[in-house]
Amino acid sequence: MISLNAVLMLSAVLFAVGLAGALTRKNAILVLVSIEIMMNAANLNFIAFWRAGLLELTGPLFALFTLVIAGAESAVGLALVIAIYRHFKSVDVANIQTLSG
Amino acid sequence: MLPLLAGAVGMLLPLSQRRLSFGLAVGALGASTLLSIGLLLGPLGAGREQAPFVFNVDWLVFGGSTLKLGVVLNPLTAVMIAMVSFVALLIFIFSHGYMHDDRAYARFFAFLSLFCAGMLGLCVANSLVLLFLAWEIVGVSSYLLIGFWHEKPSAAAAAKKAFLVTKLGDLGFLVGILWVYGQTGTQLLFDDGFGILEDAQLQSLRAATTAFFGMNLAGVIALLFFCGAVGKSGQFPLHVWLPDAMEGPTPVSALIHAATMVAAGVFLVARTYPLFATDPAALEVVAWIGAVTALLAATIAVAQRDIKRILAYSTVSQLGFMMLGLAVGGVAVGMFHLITHAFFKALLFLGAGSVIHGSHHQQDIFKMGGLRGPMKITFVTYLVGAAALAGVVPFAGFWSKDEILLAAWHHHAYGPFVLTMAASFLTAFYMTRQVALVFFGDSRNVDEQGHAHHAHESPLSMTVPLMILAVFAAGIGLVGTPWNNAFGHFLEPHAAHAQADLPFMAVATVVAFAGIGAGWLLYGRLAPASATDDPLARAQPLYRWLEHRWYFDELYGVTVVRLLRILAQLAELIDAMLDLVVMAISGGLRAVAQGFFWTDEHLVRPAARLLAGATRAGGAALSRLQTGRVQRSLSAVTFGATVLLGLLLLVMFAR
Repeated sequence: MISLNAVLMLSAVLFAVGLAGALTRKNAILVLVSIEIMMNAANLNFIAFWRAGLLELTGPLFALFTLVIAGAESAVGLALVIAIYRHFKSVDVANIQTLSG
Repeated sequence: MLPLLAGAVGMLLPLSQRRLSFGLAVGALGASTLLSIGLLLGPLGAGREQAPFVFNVDWLVFGGSTLKLGVVLNPLTAVMIAMVSFVALLIFIFSHGYMHDDRAYARFFAFLSLFCAGMLGLCVANSLVLLFLAWEIVGVSSYLLIGFWHEKPSAAAAAKKAFLVTKLGDLGFLVGILWVYGQTGTQLLFDDGFGILEDAQLQSLRAATTAFFGMNLAGVIALLFFCGAVGKSGQFPLHVWLPDAMEGPTPVSALIHAATMVAAGVFLVARTYPLFATDPAALEVVAWIGAVTALLAATIAVAQRDIKRILAYSTVSQLGFMMLGLAVGGVAVGMFHLITHAFFKALLFLGAGSVIHGSHHQQDIFKMGGLRGPMKITFVTYLVGAAALAGVVPFAGFWSKDEILLAAWHHHAYGPFVLTMAASFLTAFYMTRQVALVFFGDSRNVDEQGHAHHAHESPLSMTVPLMILAVFAAGIGLVGTPWNNAFGHFLEPHAAHAQADLPFMAVATVVAFAGIGAGWLLYGRLAPASATDDPLARAQPLYRWLEHRWYFDELYGVTVVRLLRILAQLAELIDAMLDLVVMAISGGLRAVAQGFFWTDEHLVRPAARLLAGATRAGGAALSRLQTGRVQRSLSAVTFGATVLLGLLLLVMFAR
């Protein structure tokens, strides 16, 4: 039905979008959102390959793992952002440069 | 050896340890005395002359040759060390009384021990190097002891004079040692047939002739050794130090300048006698110098006022006798007089010390008198000593002096004979003069205010040695009488000894009594009441000439001393020039150092600074990457991953 290539293409585009967002967004929360998008794109890759019959059990299993981990990681990320907000009074990544050399 | 240890330890002790110092010194010396007397009586009996007991040890090894040190024990050694130890022991005991109140008592005994060590070492030495070492030790001890009261400038000067004058003689001695070592390759006197005094070497030395008046080499070396003896024993012309040496304490004068150190010169000639015997010219030189010295010193003694100085010149004179005795009569004759002289001269000096002590440190005989009463023991012993010296029979001096005169006569050495006969007469004369002025008559011992000093006898520690020495002075001559020459046979079993010559002895006795008579006439009968009148002073200008010691010191002062001073100034000049050279070199070095400094400042430093700057700039540049912004690092990661991926694809598609 839908060719493998197309799905892979979609996944790649999504990844690129996520990457672009992570690199350029000003707001820290939106950076986190972009990271989420990247993760989901990778998941999509896995499912596409499963659908194409190349992976048997690994596909959904790995996707499940990554979803759980993504959730945990988001929680941690948001906690960090809240802590940063408490300190710097803003979520603008441009302001967080205290570790500069 | 033992005194050396005692002296070494004694030097390290503080001045407060008087008793220990004394004990050490006397203990060591006492042991030496016992040992040496034991040796004399025991294993070193007669017959050992040709086969002495020798003990050599390797000392320095360089290249193929070895320098050995050795000890030889033959009858000559035995006699010397017995005499030295015994007389020194008595003098040590005397010194306890004499130096009792002296602050530096301990130092005195340490030096005395050192001296004895040197003297004994000298007597037993088999190797010339060891002998010279001991010789110098003795010289140094003499310097230290003469200048013992070094706060007194005259004492310090006298010590210096003694040392330097004897050093002149030592120079000749050293040249002789070096020459003989170079010629024969050994400096041992006895060495299993190869020693210098043994046949093989003697023959080779005799065979070699030198340009020095056609004498053979053995003779020349003997004369060089004699230079050392001339210095050490105060023979003409190096006699000038001995009278000045009286600045030292009296026991020092007794020990060093009467009995032992000055005898070292005579001993040296006796020890190396085989060298002298090879050439009659050498013996003649010795004989003449001895005779001239004997007469010269006797004439000076006649006009002296200081009790010790008279005795000092007497010693010089008697040493001349000894040298003559060695030259004309051989070892036994000379050594016999040495031994007898040691005893009676030590006795006389110690007696003089007792007199000085008792007269409250008065030394001018014209300020003494009448000591016969208060100082009986001193008087009697002194009289014995004087009689022995003058040659009155049967005291010791008679036999030994007579032997010398007899030997001179038989040897046809008429010149020296006449000189020494005259000296004998004068000896009796000046001794009588001394005894009369010191002991007889009324006391003239008054100080400036006119208070009379009353004399007192000296303590036991001083009188007992006097008595012991008197016994020896009286009796020791009997070991060498012509009828029973035990001494002569002991030393020289194979030589012929003079037979008794009664007319000769009578003549000698007459001469001695004539001298005594003249002395008594001038000084005994007509005892001068005032302190300054010397009847002999009427014989001017002769008296003045004698009183000023034939102006020898003045002569030396004008010539030798001036020469030395010029040399010293020359040396100073050269020194200044060397200083300039040193300054120049140091200036050059400093310039070089400046150059280095300049390079350092202007070249090295800026370069280093540049390097540092570059590094810092690089660091600053690179640190700009560390922004602290997460997104920047993320983009860096992405960039890197993309590059890698691209490379990977490239590689894959290139296959």
